[in-house]
Amino acid sequence: MLKYVLRRLIQAIPAFAGITLLSYFLMTAAPGGPESILLGDPRVTAQQRQLLAQRLGVTDPWPIQYVRWLIGNDWQQFDMDGDGIADEPGQRKGILRGDFGYSLFSKRPVIDLISDRIPATLELGVAALFTSVFLGVGTGIVAAVRHGHLFDNASRVVAVILNAVPGFWLGLVLILVVGPFLNQNFGDSIGRCPTPQTAEQIRAGCPPVYNRLHLIVLPTLVLAAGGIAVFSRFMRASMLDVIHQDYVRTAQAKGLSPRTIWFRHGARNALIPIATFVGPAIAGLLGGAPITERIFSWPGLGQLSVNAVFQQDYPVVMAVVIIASIGTILGFILSDILYAVIDPRIRFN
Amino acid sequence: MLTRSQDPESTIVQISPEPHDSNGMSLMQLAMRRLRRDRLTLIAIGFLLTLALLAFAAPLIEQALGVSYTRTDVTNAFQPVNSPGHLLGTDDLGRDHLARLLYAGQVSLLWIAIPAALLSLGIGVLLGVMTGYYGGVVDDIVNWIITTLNSIPSLFLLLIVSAVLSPGPTTLVLVLGLLGWTGTTRLVRGETLSIREREFIISAKALGASPWRIMFHHIVPNLMSIVVITLAIDIGTLILVESALSFLGLGVKPPIPTWGNMLTNAQTFFTKGVHLVIIPGMLITTTVLCLYVIGDGIRDAFDPTAVDK
Repeated sequence: MLKYVLRRLIQAIPAFAGITLLSYFLMTAAPGGPESILLGDPRVTAQQRQLLAQRLGVTDPWPIQYVRWLIGNDWQQFDMDGDGIADEPGQRKGILRGDFGYSLFSKRPVIDLISDRIPATLELGVAALFTSVFLGVGTGIVAAVRHGHLFDNASRVVAVILNAVPGFWLGLVLILVVGPFLNQNFGDSIGRCPTPQTAEQIRAGCPPVYNRLHLIVLPTLVLAAGGIAVFSRFMRASMLDVIHQDYVRTAQAKGLSPRTIWFRHGARNALIPIATFVGPAIAGLLGGAPITERIFSWPGLGQLSVNAVFQQDYPVVMAVVIIASIGTILGFILSDILYAVIDPRIRFN
Repeated sequence: MLTRSQDPESTIVQISPEPHDSNGMSLMQLAMRRLRRDRLTLIAIGFLLTLALLAFAAPLIEQALGVSYTRTDVTNAFQPVNSPGHLLGTDDLGRDHLARLLYAGQVSLLWIAIPAALLSLGIGVLLGVMTGYYGGVVDDIVNWIITTLNSIPSLFLLLIVSAVLSPGPTTLVLVLGLLGWTGTTRLVRGETLSIREREFIISAKALGASPWRIMFHHIVPNLMSIVVITLAIDIGTLILVESALSFLGLGVKPPIPTWGNMLTNAQTFFTKGVHLVIIPGMLITTTVLCLYVIGDGIRDAFDPTAVDK
């Protein structure tokens, strides 16, 4: 088991390297690096500029700069005081040790901005994951049991429509239709988690989630919509597949009740292939976060990234993308492990 | 990004190289016959063609109705549907909503989604056939790129690129096309792997055909149905992606209208003009739905294992 997890983690290294390379190149392509800031200042002479560029290490070949960005530069000596002797260690720790630099906008360390936002995204993401699995799998089971009947057909039509609806519009329509009802019955401000502007507000925290369930319902539904569609379609197909297996016929021949056959023998086995869709579902949830969090003013990573794009705060954008990608990779690994755990035919080797 | 939901209920189409023997008809003839009987797909095709025609004819329609999609008239803002002179009302600046929807359709569908889908399809087929045919190092490298791109949640990838490039419509097409080919490549690669082992490829090789000729004269024609299905579904997905980006204000920017950026300020329209929220979203949903239905219809029509009634 442990060996399997380790092997999957090692297999993820190339993809992680690819992500960091892509982010690094996009970041260097972005306007407004250290050199251009120096170029823009008329008081800086060409000679000073060159000296400073050398000290910052921006004249080094890109693989060296990339490695420094990755693992930091505190293992190297730099000539910071300009006396021609490189005698001061670098200050950066590199992204692998959590040093994503400073936000160009708020001047705070990027890693702090991100760790402030992670709880909100996790809260919404976990809620949406559970919603999509339970609603989707439940719908799939019922649709398979009622194969060819009204519920089956209706659920398939709804699934296709949920795939085709733009998430942001679904959110808008839900706010338009259900919003007034929620406001009337629960009050917009009671227990509302304010859209935090400062780190203190974020850290002061929201009221516990059970006090503001009415606020999480709509964003959860919007974020889970795609997942519900996928899980219900695949669960239905998987159920219909399982139900024609020999062991189900044996169960029928033994005279077991339909309920036992469908749920003990059918649904439990049909769930096995569904585990592989947990990974893509997590990727989908992370990908949907920017839209959902923006519409519902949810103070998570998605909102942070969209705001950072508007503020041209590249270090923050890059960091969020890298963190979200790590989340996706871990989601895929989790999904594989889950599959191996619940399917006794697959052993870790 | 742009990963298509894989449908467990449908099989990947495999076209046998020899003519299909059902009633002496070729697979193509069979497929066309099945399509002609598939009412749902026909309705979807009809809807899309009508929409495309109307979008193309937007300038003529503007003239006929005496409206303009750019002329603002603040005193006449937020007119409801079916108000005099404005069939679908007016928007927050008093511009005719119908005209804007038609022009937006032109931009979303014809300028962005279709070109971007064609671009990603071209890249996908090229890389898929090459990796499937050659394997080896090329396959490993392309596979690495695909794994990398698929590990970045779709919208985040577009966010970084938008942040760096702040794209106009043309750049947006390039970006969407260059990032959206991974699913097609995997699909085409898998098909190529199975076609590569068939007898007609072996005989082509024996006759001394070059790899290029084998790939593009013998393998690609056999991928046609996958290509058409992928194209339909990709266009749908790209409309969704473009509208989401434009909604956020990171895709096509005003004053060029798209279905997505018409909804950017939708939350402020809730009390004044609900039609400004509902209609663009309905158009996006219906268009994407039609494209998915067409994709599914073609897949069923070309399924050689399907039984004709």
